[in-house]
Amino acid sequence: MEFLVASAVGLLTAAGIYLILRRRTFPVILGTSLLSYAVNVFLFATGRLVTNAPPILNKYADVPYTDPLPQALVLTAIVISFGMTAVVVMVALGAYLSAKDDRINMDDTPATPGEDA
Amino acid sequence: MNHLLIAPIVLPALVAPFIIMTLRFHIDLQRIFSIASNVLLVAIALALAVQAADGTVQVYELGDWQAPFGIVLVLDRLSAMMVLLTTLLALAVNLYAVGSNWDARGQNFHPLYQFQLMGIIGAFLTGDAFNLFVFFEVLLIASYGLMIHAGGTRRFQAGVQYVVYNLLGSTLFLFALGTIYSVTGTLNMADLALRVAELPVEDSALIRVGAVMLLLVFAIKASLLPLHFWLPASYAHAPAPVAALFAIMTKVGAYAILRMFTLVFGPDVAVVSGLVGDWLLPAALLTVAVGAIGVLGAREIGRLMSFGAITSVGTLLTAIALFTPEATAAALYYTVHSTLAAAALFLVADMVRERQGGAISARPVMAQSGLISVLFFVAAIATAGMPPLSGFLGKLLILDAARTSALSVWIWAVILASSLVTIMGFARAGTLIFWKSHGLSTDDTQTTPEGDADAAPSEEDQNAAPVTPRPAALPFVALFALLAGLVALTVFAGPMSRYTTATAQDLFAPQAYIETVLANRDRPVTDAPYETTAEHKADDHSADSHGDDTATEESH
Repeated sequence: MEFLVASAVGLLTAAGIYLILRRRTFPVILGTSLLSYAVNVFLFATGRLVTNAPPILNKYADVPYTDPLPQALVLTAIVISFGMTAVVVMVALGAYLSAKDDRINMDDTPATPGEDA
Repeated sequence: MNHLLIAPIVLPALVAPFIIMTLRFHIDLQRIFSIASNVLLVAIALALAVQAADGTVQVYELGDWQAPFGIVLVLDRLSAMMVLLTTLLALAVNLYAVGSNWDARGQNFHPLYQFQLMGIIGAFLTGDAFNLFVFFEVLLIASYGLMIHAGGTRRFQAGVQYVVYNLLGSTLFLFALGTIYSVTGTLNMADLALRVAELPVEDSALIRVGAVMLLLVFAIKASLLPLHFWLPASYAHAPAPVAALFAIMTKVGAYAILRMFTLVFGPDVAVVSGLVGDWLLPAALLTVAVGAIGVLGAREIGRLMSFGAITSVGTLLTAIALFTPEATAAALYYTVHSTLAAAALFLVADMVRERQGGAISARPVMAQSGLISVLFFVAAIATAGMPPLSGFLGKLLILDAARTSALSVWIWAVILASSLVTIMGFARAGTLIFWKSHGLSTDDTQTTPEGDADAAPSEEDQNAAPVTPRPAALPFVALFALLAGLVALTVFAGPMSRYTTATAQDLFAPQAYIETVLANRDRPVTDAPYETTAEHKADDHSADSHGDDTATEESH
């Protein structure tokens, strides 16, 4: 199981990094999403992988339990990355619609006085 | 517990939704509430600074959960100083935004501004590494909105770059925190300090990876070379008041480096020895050099200012990377200076851009050319580090502190040479913009709608203006306030450097901080409905610390 989770994190990260190096915004956004999946799985695994154990301590018996904190962290991270993905999609859409071009680089000619500075 | 500690986070968190929900269509009321909240924040920050000035460390336990389990806010000299700096800067910038009408050029400037303040202040106050991540996200998501305020093709394109770059930074932050948690089992900074110090040296690979990833994240925020690529385009294309406020954002990164790498991964912690200073110092020097070259080569005034900001961040990080109390004291003094100077530069740049566009070239003489050129001159002197103003003192302190370093020759050479190049860059830009324009024929004088020459107030008016601000005077009031801050920093350099020296000594002797934060770690839960036993909590705290993270963070 450790091998499976580790290679999943590695694969997601590799694919994400490949995609964020692309030149158009859509693959880049997909890449950031993949990276956030990778980090979520990774965070989940930082509490060590335990199956069939509740995230609750038992003071009456010495039964196995899983660390609840990474699950709480993952929950926060999922919410934040979801919100961030929504924001980047909207900003990228705004850029695409106003520039008629979805390349992520930009040319740098100085702004003219008439333009909103 | 002193509830004043959480007030600077709660206040903007309440004002922002209030403005969105009830004042959406009333820009005047929005301005009143936003500035009133900002003034209150300054008052709170002053009160906190007074309380922290004697070196006491105060802890605020959110939800009354004791330290390693719950989230804490910690107020010490460093965080009090940064919070006060943030609120003062924000007030001046807010006045500029109102006066120059920037806030009315798009929707929801003031709510986003308040959320931005909440995130920045929270990042300075928190004593918990994961909570630091959450406050980074709060300030980032507000900054995404502010960055593209008022729209425009270029601004959206720069915004995409900015958002993507920072998303990657956030992902890296989570990877770093996960790695550190998997090794230490805690994310409370004080608890981390104890646990990292106890780690065996031969088993340090993971914690070293975590520390380096954390450093990379903060270096992205601070725009350290080679992670600075997001800054020039973002700052040059952001609305001017936002760029001025962003002057404190790079300092958030520098603050986080200073905090984490003195408290947790300090210079004498064995497992991470030789990891940070050795890499940070050359990178910081490169940042200074590249920033200076950028200043010299800039063809657009926003870029000129952005590279000026990169130079000052590089200088600041050079001082931090020495990791000695003297250098850190110098770095803190320079932090205050460079924040005010960079903000002033961005506001001057905006005044020029409003009147004649952003290109650094000879254009017809703009309205209020004389006054603006004086302001440009003063701000440029401050940034370049020329004698009369605090930039000179800051650089002097840094150079003096660098004498003991092994790389002192390099530090002296790079900082002095880059100061010269920066002066040349600013002189070239100022000459082209303000002097060459007088040589042009004046028949094609164009004034943009904002640059109304007849409203040009005399200098006495601007100094008396805060009572009844006229629309065209308020931006100058804000700018004069920032420059007055620089002058005050120069005049009161003695008390200020005593304060920063004391702060630096606190940072390099963090026992008081750690003991205060963890004072209640074995406090039994008194009013629990069930018989929660004290001995049970004591032996499992590594496994279930921070159980209430989500509860607190989701409320943000």
